[in-house]
Amino acid sequence: MNAFRAAIGAGWLAALTALSVVPAGAQEVPRAPVSGSAFLSQELKAMQADAFANPGVLWLEEGERLWSAVDGKAGKSCQSCHGDAKQSMKGVAARYPAFDAASGKLLNLELRINDCRSRRMVAEPYRYETNELLSLTAYIAAQSRGRPMAVDVTGPAAPYFERGKALFSQRQGQLNLSCAQCHVDRAGQRLRGDTISHGVGVGYPVYRIEWQSAGSLHRRLRACAFGVRAEQADSGSPDYLSLELYLAKRAEGLAIDAPAIRK
Amino acid sequence: MALAPARISMPAEAKKGEIVEIKALVRHVMETGYRTDNRGQPIPRDIIKSFTVTYAGEEVFGMELNPGVSANPYVIFTTVATETGELVFTWTDQKGAATVERKLLAVVG
Repeated sequence: MNAFRAAIGAGWLAALTALSVVPAGAQEVPRAPVSGSAFLSQELKAMQADAFANPGVLWLEEGERLWSAVDGKAGKSCQSCHGDAKQSMKGVAARYPAFDAASGKLLNLELRINDCRSRRMVAEPYRYETNELLSLTAYIAAQSRGRPMAVDVTGPAAPYFERGKALFSQRQGQLNLSCAQCHVDRAGQRLRGDTISHGVGVGYPVYRIEWQSAGSLHRRLRACAFGVRAEQADSGSPDYLSLELYLAKRAEGLAIDAPAIRK
Repeated sequence: MALAPARISMPAEAKKGEIVEIKALVRHVMETGYRTDNRGQPIPRDIIKSFTVTYAGEEVFGMELNPGVSANPYVIFTTVATETGELVFTWTDQKGAATVERKLLAVVG
C-alpha cells in the first residue's frame, strides 16, 4: 500500500518536474497543466491513493488474473509472449495511442489488447467497455503509473493527430460547444457540482463515482458528447482514437495515474 | 454467475483482547431495479442481500443490504481478537449465490 502511495506521489512529482522543463514553443500544442485527479476533493484523493479503498483496483486485480489466463485456439495468455507485465508493460501506456504498422491503424491500449487477442492468441476480441477489457487495460496502464505521457504524433500517426486536433476545437451538438471551450477556456471553473478538467486521459480507465464502475476514456468522451447533446461516436471509432491521440499529446509530460477516481 | 472477486484487509495476527479493524470490499453492480435502460425497459434488480462474517465459527458481523447501497459495497468493522481462528466472509446475492473468502487471524501473547 505504501509503494502504491509512493508511486502516486512520485507521479505528482514527475508531473511538476515535467511542467517546469517543457521548453516554450517546442510544440504548437498547448499543454494541459494537471491531471483531472488534481480537482478531486480531499476525500476522493485519499480514496484514490489508498490501494484498498480505490475500487478501480478491483479491475486492476482482475486484469492481473487475466494477464496469465490462457484463452483462444493458440493456447496462449498475455504472459506467454510478454512475460511479467510488471517488467514488460512498464511505460507502455505512456506511448499509446500508437500507430501499428502491421494493421496500418492507430491503436489505443484497448484495441492493442484486442489485436493481440485476435492475431496472436486466436481468441475472440473483447467487446469495448466489458469488465475484461477494462481490467486488462487498467492492469497494463497501472504498470506505467508515474511515467510521463509521451506519444508519437509524427509519421503515420500525423493524420490522426490532425484529425483529433480539428475535432477538439470543432463545435458540436445542440449546445454548439467544442471540447476546447470547456477544457481549455474554462478549465478549473465549475460546471454544476464538478470542476472542469483540462481534458486529459492520464487516469484512464477510471473508477467514476457516477458510473459506479470502471470506465474507458471513450465512455467519457461519449458522456461529454451526450452532455453537449451531440451525436455520440462508437467507442473505439477512428474519431475517438484521433481525439485520444490529441488528448495524449496535450498531456505530454503528465504522469499516468491509472486507475484514478473521478466524480 | 458467481460473484466477482472480493478483497479483504486485516492484520494477520493480533494480541489477545486487541481490537482489530477489518475492511472488506466486493465487486457487485448492486442494480437497484428502479432504473430503466436506454429503451425504457426496466433493468432487473440485482443486489447482494446479506453479508456475514464468522470468526472461529461465531458470527461477529452481519449486515442486510438493500437497493440503496452503492455498487461495490465497502464495509469496515472491528472485532476483538479472542483466539486463533478463521474468519469466513460470506456475501450472498438475491439468487442465493455466495462469494466466500477466508482469512486466518492468529492470536499471539
